[in-house]
Amino acid sequence: MTDIHATAFEKEAGFGDYFALLKPRVMSLVVFTALVGLLVAPVPVHPVVTLSSILFIAVGAGASGALNMWWDADIDAVMKRTAKRPVPSGKVTADEALAIGVALSGLSVVMLALATNFLAAGLLAFTIFFYVVIYSMWLKRWTPQNIVIGGAAGAFPPMIGWAVATGGISVESVLMFALIFMWTPPHFWALALFMRADYDTAGVPMLTVTHGRRVTRNHVLVYTAFLVPVALGLAFTSIGGPVYLAVALVMNALFLKGARDIWRRDETQAEADGYRTEKRVFRLSLYYLFLHFGALLADAALRSFGLGAW
Amino acid sequence: MALKAEHEIHKRRFSRNLGVGLVLAGFVALVFGLSVVKITNIGPIQGFDHVVRPELTEPAE
Repeated sequence: MTDIHATAFEKEAGFGDYFALLKPRVMSLVVFTALVGLLVAPVPVHPVVTLSSILFIAVGAGASGALNMWWDADIDAVMKRTAKRPVPSGKVTADEALAIGVALSGLSVVMLALATNFLAAGLLAFTIFFYVVIYSMWLKRWTPQNIVIGGAAGAFPPMIGWAVATGGISVESVLMFALIFMWTPPHFWALALFMRADYDTAGVPMLTVTHGRRVTRNHVLVYTAFLVPVALGLAFTSIGGPVYLAVALVMNALFLKGARDIWRRDETQAEADGYRTEKRVFRLSLYYLFLHFGALLADAALRSFGLGAW
Repeated sequence: MALKAEHEIHKRRFSRNLGVGLVLAGFVALVFGLSVVKITNIGPIQGFDHVVRPELTEPAE
């Protein structure tokens, strides 16, 4: 008897499965960049307001993750990297993911508006709309430039953090947006180069599939070259400082060299050493973003002690 | 046969209920904290209280 029932409940979700709908790893990046955007702003924010606004931004990001899993369940089931997500593995139904996503989107935007201001809430609402409708529903399956434009969704959090503190948009917040926006394409294309089979089978028009790997390598180099002036430019705004400038100089030199290494290789070389360079540059790109935003935070801390301002 | 045999599914459901409960309790605490901060930041609040309170009227120019 019990055995028969046990198989029926085998796939019932635990709390962790619902939490996984919110893409916790993407959320951690959102929390970090939004927090930096909020803390480097020249207007102090009460700690409780800081905590709640970061939490609501994270919930909003999580909600868009759940909506993405609802819409993309068919692709996720095919790709090895995503096949274990709650919807394709059968733990959570697609309808539940939709319901949770819509409910949390509304909740997070309304709560952010009440806790802070309408600009920050509006930006959060636009981010969710952009990620779910523009990226997931429209661009992802339609154009190989999906990564480029979709990257905007991931670039908004520091701008929202800045808007929470200042209630406005400025050169600094736009440049923080541009830093993540320009960083996303080389970061994802490096990944697409060594995760080759996945996107092919799912039929997502990644640049590697539609235009070939040679073109992708060229794109990595060109986008990295455009990223460098944005990253260095941020050093000379009011939120930049000596720590940021030093970090930006070192990391951009390394990233540019990595992109050049990727560009100079062809598939035979890459296959021979198991995509070692591509994997190294992908890992480097993670440090790149983390260190840039960490350095902004360090300079803000120095400024609060009256040190290191330009 | 023990009627109260604890199946693994009961543990999983309990974890789900506990999780939702803690999240809701945390949300209530957060909204309460936010309210306290917002209200105390406005400063002292006075309203009409059935007697004349000169400090509430606009000072004459």
